[in-house]
Amino acid sequence: MAERSFKSEVRKLELGEGETFTGEGILAVTKALLQSGVAYVGGYQGSPISHLMDVFADANDLLESLGVHFEASASEATAAAMLAASVNYPLRGAVAWKSVVGTNVASDALSNVSSGGVTGGALVIVGEDYGEGSSIMQERTHAFAMKSQMWLFDPRPNLTSIVDSVEQAFQLSEASNTPVMLQLRVRSCHMTGSFTAKDNIRPPMTVGDAASNPNRDTDRIVLPPANFLHEVEKIEKRWPAGLAFVRDNRLNEWFGPAEVDEGIGLIVQGGLYNNLNRAMELAGLADSYGESKLPIYCLNVTYPLVPDEVADFCRGKRAVLVIEEGQPEFIEHELNTLVRRAGLDTRIAGKDVLPRSGEYTAKAISKGLAAFLRAEAPAMAPAEEVESPLAPAVATQIPPRPAGFCTGCPERPIFTAMKLVERELGPAHVSADIGCHLFSILPPFNIGNTTMGYGLGSAGASAFKPKDKRAIAVMGDGGFWHNGLTSGIGNAVFNKDDTVTLIIDNGYSAATGGQDILSSRAKNENRTTNNPITRAVRGVGATWVREITRTYDVPRMRDTLREAMTSPEKGPKVIVAQSECMLNRQRREKKQKAAALKAGERVVRERFGVDAETCTGDHSCVRLSGCPSLTIKPNPDPLRQDPVAHVENSCVGCGLCGEVSHAAVLCPSFYRARIVANPSRWERAKARIAGAVIGSWQGAIERKRAARAF
Amino acid sequence: MTEQANRITIAILALGGQGGGVLAEWIQHVARSEGWLAQGTSVPGVAQRTGSTVYYVELARDDGTGRLPVMAQMPMPGDVDIVIASELMETGRALLRGFSTANRTTLIGSTHRIYAIGEKQAMGDGRGSGERILEAAHERSKRFIGFDMEAATDRSGSVISAIMFGALAGSDALPFPTESFRAAIEHSGIAVKSNFAGFDEGFAAAQQPVAMPVETQTPVPAPTTAEGRRLAARVEAELPAIAREAALRGVARLIDWQDHGYAALYLDRLAAIRALDFAPFTLTAETARHLALWMSYEDTIRVADIKTRAGRTDKIRSEVKAQPEQLMGVTEFMHPRFQEICETLPKGLGRWLLNSDLAQRLVGRFFAKGRHVETTSLRWFAALRLVAAMRGMRPRSLRYAEEQERIENWLALASEQALHDRDRAIEIIRCQRLIKGYGDTFERGLGNFNRIVAHHQAKDLPAAEIARLRELALADEGCSQLNEALSA
Repeated sequence: MAERSFKSEVRKLELGEGETFTGEGILAVTKALLQSGVAYVGGYQGSPISHLMDVFADANDLLESLGVHFEASASEATAAAMLAASVNYPLRGAVAWKSVVGTNVASDALSNVSSGGVTGGALVIVGEDYGEGSSIMQERTHAFAMKSQMWLFDPRPNLTSIVDSVEQAFQLSEASNTPVMLQLRVRSCHMTGSFTAKDNIRPPMTVGDAASNPNRDTDRIVLPPANFLHEVEKIEKRWPAGLAFVRDNRLNEWFGPAEVDEGIGLIVQGGLYNNLNRAMELAGLADSYGESKLPIYCLNVTYPLVPDEVADFCRGKRAVLVIEEGQPEFIEHELNTLVRRAGLDTRIAGKDVLPRSGEYTAKAISKGLAAFLRAEAPAMAPAEEVESPLAPAVATQIPPRPAGFCTGCPERPIFTAMKLVERELGPAHVSADIGCHLFSILPPFNIGNTTMGYGLGSAGASAFKPKDKRAIAVMGDGGFWHNGLTSGIGNAVFNKDDTVTLIIDNGYSAATGGQDILSSRAKNENRTTNNPITRAVRGVGATWVREITRTYDVPRMRDTLREAMTSPEKGPKVIVAQSECMLNRQRREKKQKAAALKAGERVVRERFGVDAETCTGDHSCVRLSGCPSLTIKPNPDPLRQDPVAHVENSCVGCGLCGEVSHAAVLCPSFYRARIVANPSRWERAKARIAGAVIGSWQGAIERKRAARAF
Repeated sequence: MTEQANRITIAILALGGQGGGVLAEWIQHVARSEGWLAQGTSVPGVAQRTGSTVYYVELARDDGTGRLPVMAQMPMPGDVDIVIASELMETGRALLRGFSTANRTTLIGSTHRIYAIGEKQAMGDGRGSGERILEAAHERSKRFIGFDMEAATDRSGSVISAIMFGALAGSDALPFPTESFRAAIEHSGIAVKSNFAGFDEGFAAAQQPVAMPVETQTPVPAPTTAEGRRLAARVEAELPAIAREAALRGVARLIDWQDHGYAALYLDRLAAIRALDFAPFTLTAETARHLALWMSYEDTIRVADIKTRAGRTDKIRSEVKAQPEQLMGVTEFMHPRFQEICETLPKGLGRWLLNSDLAQRLVGRFFAKGRHVETTSLRWFAALRLVAAMRGMRPRSLRYAEEQERIENWLALASEQALHDRDRAIEIIRCQRLIKGYGDTFERGLGNFNRIVAHHQAKDLPAAEIARLRELALADEGCSQLNEALSA
């Protein structure tokens, strides 16, 4: 079950014609798919499109009633391959993932489906994780659209435009037999807004109908000689059909006057339109409703560019600024070509005045636009801004806040154990993976040398054939099922790798929002779970396999890891470390405990604390744990300077603090408080007696202490 | 916020899990219910796991034409009307990112600290200073509303998002009536009662002047016994004013740790340093503090005493928020090692045991593992009291002998330095800071202390260099920076 429940959002998917949908961008897309008569949906979760997957997972009943097939795909490649259903049949299908990483994984299937072309509309929704808050390499999906010849939508960021483009994308796909990508930036996915809904449409043909009446066309299969014909068909048939559809349906938009005396204009990616308008508004060149004083050509379809439209826009203009985020500047290059081909000498400005890299915020556009205007239309240029940054003495006091493991996270003790083993055996090469566990790279653990992609932890260590020290690979359960079983474990077995692989099995694809996977322990009505990772690992031939069922047992974690590092046995050593994701566990247990408390039942709560009197402020515990609830506070002892460790009330009593202070022989400052609500009569009696004896004993001690006091 | 404004931009800076998203939703709900258009955006991504996150809300007055304004998707520096930050350094981050503008922005920020990992993991004190953040907050806003939102959260038994929402309503920065704010809380239907309590708390706090978190001051101890008064009089007579407070605290601490005689020894040692010092008596003041800490080194006797003191259980009960009718058991995580046990024993016996392989094998294995010590049980309480009661034997213990020798050597070195260069003496005294903790931590600290002192004795280092080496010793656990400096 996912981290967030979308049961209430699911109701929004049922809105009918004329009703107003108000909600998040990615949910609007979900609704748009149903309004477009989609027959099947798949995808792989990941920010910023996890919510789309989670909503569909929670909307099972609605989807069934509409005859829509939904699948939580094993990977983006699986999802992309699913689009094969639209090749031979008039089925509309959509798949979604985080880009550019998901597009990388999917690219083989995407190339195939693009080559053969589609009959039914095929839509790929990519959540473009670019700019602030991104956790992935900064690349562009645009390149994939270009190389495989898929059309790319980048709609203006308002829900109406986004929802309209979903339906247009299906139409464009069908008109040109080409799969279409719809690119949504992170902020657009999480942006709230409203649009007027339409009725949901049952797909005219369901996936079941198609399977019952199979249709075969060998010309659609990527195999000689069809593959050569595909290339010709792409250029001669699908390309012109696509251009005609974009042009005839005016998918791109024009704002402002057609021409200004200064002979300038702006071309912008649809997704950046709002930022551009804000930048222009502050420069006095537009109003808040998008009433512009300069000609704007807004590309809601960023690939392909429509040569006639470009030529018409540029004709009569001396200079045009293209606002295109990311690099390389594919659109700028293409515009230069198109302008030249049209015999125009319009100057195309772009990355010469705008930043070469990074997010195009309103601020960044504002500066670039000002530079462009100063060069091409000085009279319109806004006055240069004087910036007054915060004084360095103040700025340097503000600490960075890298992401980290949650309170009580079961992955933390694994890295604590790794640090303890590192103290004994010295540092080893650590090949990290993608997932929450990647936070080990950051302070306080600072563990991990490289990360090569999702499920590729073991593969990333495969070149290290150790002489006397084994490399360690880390892999999450999400990555393991995504591809790690074959690319990592299978490969290591086959190639007789001597590496150690730590598989972190927290029961969910946790980093993407806690979705169920094959090995999840939860019972899931619509999916098959409870398939142990150890069985899969043994199934591909691994023999040295250890399972640890409680990661908080630091000594056992440490000893098992040491054994894996030093065991004379050759071949891959696989440790499966299991404990449930604490976020999900709390979500489940909190409710149960609250109900039990209300019913007057006995409930035990544990949490940790630190005696400030015995803590000397070295913070070893923090360096070995990094738990958000383990923090510091000013030393109550005025003689001491260093802050003492302190446990906040958000502590969930996972036990790591105690385990660490034992395993690393830290200090006696930690205590665990065990709070029993509604205790039994026997417990109460026992506590009363112990309390009374201890109390009177303490009284006597305090009297003596007072006599010899200061 | 003037009546004419047709747009209001709001940036919320919060940490993952603080409910910044809920706050953004409430604000949008208020605006929509008042006939305004509202849009919210955020970049959760990995930031949801404890990182800092910016939520952005834009409100626009509906002009009735049906036209929809083009809304921005992120706060633009210099174009933000309201900034709400859930923590002092996040308030600072809002300033750093230029979100708050003088003469325009209403800046609502908490003044409490949630320490970042970089600050927490330092081996000494890695905390950033918040004082200048407040100064900048006043300079770079139209109005700064600052108060301890964590304390407000505690007082109201609520969550910080409700406090921030209340403060926003109380700031009058939005042209909406308070009832609309309350209606938004009611509409969301979750924890309505406690959210109202938090809302009221935040609303009230917004009317108050800027307030930092209340710091508890430990009063300077006053003597309660005749012996104590005699020692206090010695402090008054023998020490300069600047050193007296620390000395009084030191005397009280050492009496509690051992006895009056031991505190007198402390004053004797201090007087010897005082004799070498002159105004402004920094050396004496620093020695008063560091000597008290070293003389009250942490040993098993001390720990056992602290863990079994009257009042400790009540303190823990209030800290962990145990209700009166709930039972509470307390378990300590202790790991006394063979070495520490030997050190508590009388000098001769302790040394013999430590050097005996047989003893190590026979007794040592009982101390190889950590113990879960339940101090609320009679059995363990009695055991710890037994250890604590060894206080009387302490002066004959092996550890005592070792520590007193180290202290004497340290003071002798400082005294010798004081004759030529008082700054060096001060830095030598300050090196006591390195010696802290238990087990490996203690050994590492003591090792670093010894190496710095030895280096100084060999090379006759200037004061600044001693201070630099001390800082380097606290730079990393592996001592790599110190090693590098010492071998250079």
